[in-house]
Amino acid sequence: MTGLPRWLDIGVLPLVNLALALLAAAVVVVLVGEDPLHVFAVLLQGAFAPGALGYTLYYATNFIFTGLAAALAFQARLFNIGAEGQAMLGGLGIAFVCLSFETVLPGPLVAVVAIAAAALFGAAWAVVPGWLQAYRGSHIVITTIMFNFLASGLMVWLLSGPIMRPGQGSPQTRLFGEGVWLPAMHDLARGLGFEAARSPLNLSFLFALLACAAVWALIWRTKFGYALRAIGHSEEAARYAGIPVRRAVVVAMALSGAFAGCMALNEILGVQHKLVLNFSAGYGFTGIAVALMGRNHPAGILAASLLFGALFQGGAELNFEFETITHELALVIQGLVILFSGALAYMFTPWLARLLLSRSAARA
Amino acid sequence: MPEVWIDILAVLDGTARLAAPLILCAMAGLVSERSGIVDIGLEGKLLAGAFAAAAVATLTGSPWAGLGASLAASVMLALVHGFACITHRGEQIVSGVAVNILALGMTVVIANALFRHGGHTPALGPGERFSPMALPLSETLREVPVLGSLYAELVSGHNLLVYAAFLSVPLVWWLLWRTRFGLRLRAAGEMPEAVDSAGVSVPALRYRGILIAGLLCGLAGAYLSIAHGAGFVREMSAGKGFLALAALIFGRWKPLPVLFACLLFGLLDTVAPRLQGVDLPLVGPVPVALVSVLPYAMTVVLLAGFFGRAIPPRALGRPFVKEH
Repeated sequence: MTGLPRWLDIGVLPLVNLALALLAAAVVVVLVGEDPLHVFAVLLQGAFAPGALGYTLYYATNFIFTGLAAALAFQARLFNIGAEGQAMLGGLGIAFVCLSFETVLPGPLVAVVAIAAAALFGAAWAVVPGWLQAYRGSHIVITTIMFNFLASGLMVWLLSGPIMRPGQGSPQTRLFGEGVWLPAMHDLARGLGFEAARSPLNLSFLFALLACAAVWALIWRTKFGYALRAIGHSEEAARYAGIPVRRAVVVAMALSGAFAGCMALNEILGVQHKLVLNFSAGYGFTGIAVALMGRNHPAGILAASLLFGALFQGGAELNFEFETITHELALVIQGLVILFSGALAYMFTPWLARLLLSRSAARA
Repeated sequence: MPEVWIDILAVLDGTARLAAPLILCAMAGLVSERSGIVDIGLEGKLLAGAFAAAAVATLTGSPWAGLGASLAASVMLALVHGFACITHRGEQIVSGVAVNILALGMTVVIANALFRHGGHTPALGPGERFSPMALPLSETLREVPVLGSLYAELVSGHNLLVYAAFLSVPLVWWLLWRTRFGLRLRAAGEMPEAVDSAGVSVPALRYRGILIAGLLCGLAGAYLSIAHGAGFVREMSAGKGFLALAALIFGRWKPLPVLFACLLFGLLDTVAPRLQGVDLPLVGPVPVALVSVLPYAMTVVLLAGFFGRAIPPRALGRPFVKEH
């Protein structure tokens, strides 16, 4: 797409864009009156200090799921910006299964059904916009935005009434039984004879890694993945080649929504152990940044998720260290990353090509 | 005055207040999208404007300085969007998402740095914001049956920016449908190639479109924090930019229908809290949370063409590549 060699396109361009985003963030920090190097040092320390790594990976788990959701849709040039709502529905699926079956069925079995429900509910919330785009011509961006608000209204309604914890005023369900919780990593580590610091990191991190592998195989090793990529390159050509474009769009959105819904595995089944309002906390939008930075490739998404995980965990440290800088700086950086590696992705392409390629040509 | 009439006036009055920022943002979206640039960054511009207005009004004590800052902040974000989408032909959706997230983060970071108040600005005093204004003769005419109270309660007694919002509708209509600039701007959104071959610059037209959008969102932002409210609260735009986007689609990118959509959504917003605890026959208690998302559901249904059809400008979202 860029006309650049692959190593430049995949290896260098994202780093250049990240550097630009950090540079712009540094300008903001200077304007606020702090030393950017000090701020970034605190960020890094906060993310990777002993005991903090678990938190970084816990945030990264959310971003892997929402990043994969965005990337899967991007492969077919679909903008799914409804990951936020799909994640909420995923949480709702988990809550329904856990609250209805945890007393009837054994815990692990309930957990398995709950995981399936998270994916299914998330998929259902994405299929409708997908179907409307494919068969009724409504724009998927607008529909998924509207579905975010619809999901949030649904959550407010359910959590402040029908499934609210009995005898309490706050919008949340009762705690699920301990049998359905996903085990925390530090407990699993202790079982294997290691000592690990307590953190919210749980089994869903491994699920996220499996999801990366699954998406890679799906996109580059199956007929469906080929169809998706063909649609992404040219819908017209794909249709001419006999690919059922409409059906592929609906299926792509279903899968995308399923991964977004799985974000709730980490937050609800792994950490909160109850359904709470606003648990998606904007992570659905972070997924867009992650997918853009990771160039829609699972390996890139994994790397970008770790970066954003570090940014969010390290950002929390800023509140303690500075009076004037708070963790919202992570949001600023996130916005800048989307701007530079998404909207302005190719601003520096010609410049980079000239700079690096002329040099390697001269050497040859 | 009968009780019901007072209630009706109160609801209509509330509708005007809640619709005002929607109208300004929807008109902003209308101008931008008619020129061919998708604007899902209305929300971010609104939020940035609200913060800048409150911050500068706090620092200077003047609402007019606040208004100026709000316009500047919103226009700056509009220019970022334009730089990405028009100059570099970037993805307009992605750029809009970036604008929204940037505004979300920047407002809180700068608010904390300036005021150390948890992302809020201090409450504004009466002289530091736009207060309600009584229109001439509103007290004298109040006793005239029906029309007098209508004038005194509904038409009079709003702040300056509410009037600006309602004025923006005929202004945008006139600008887009009664001037040469408007004709060209709409052509840039329908068939940019034709504009180009007539020797008119499509990028220049689109830049002007998003500049106007930036100014209108700036007005809406100032309305939120220094007219309707008295200070900035984090995330205070609370989805109004997206609701305006819904109204824009619901009104099919035409000024008058968009105005009605904004009023309808404003009415729903006014009525919803009053329905708390009301029992409807057969239905039971009204699910207020669901009433307030009705506008989004209606927009989805309209967009899907189940009743009527909303057809966007033809070149909407397509970057313009000049042929050589």
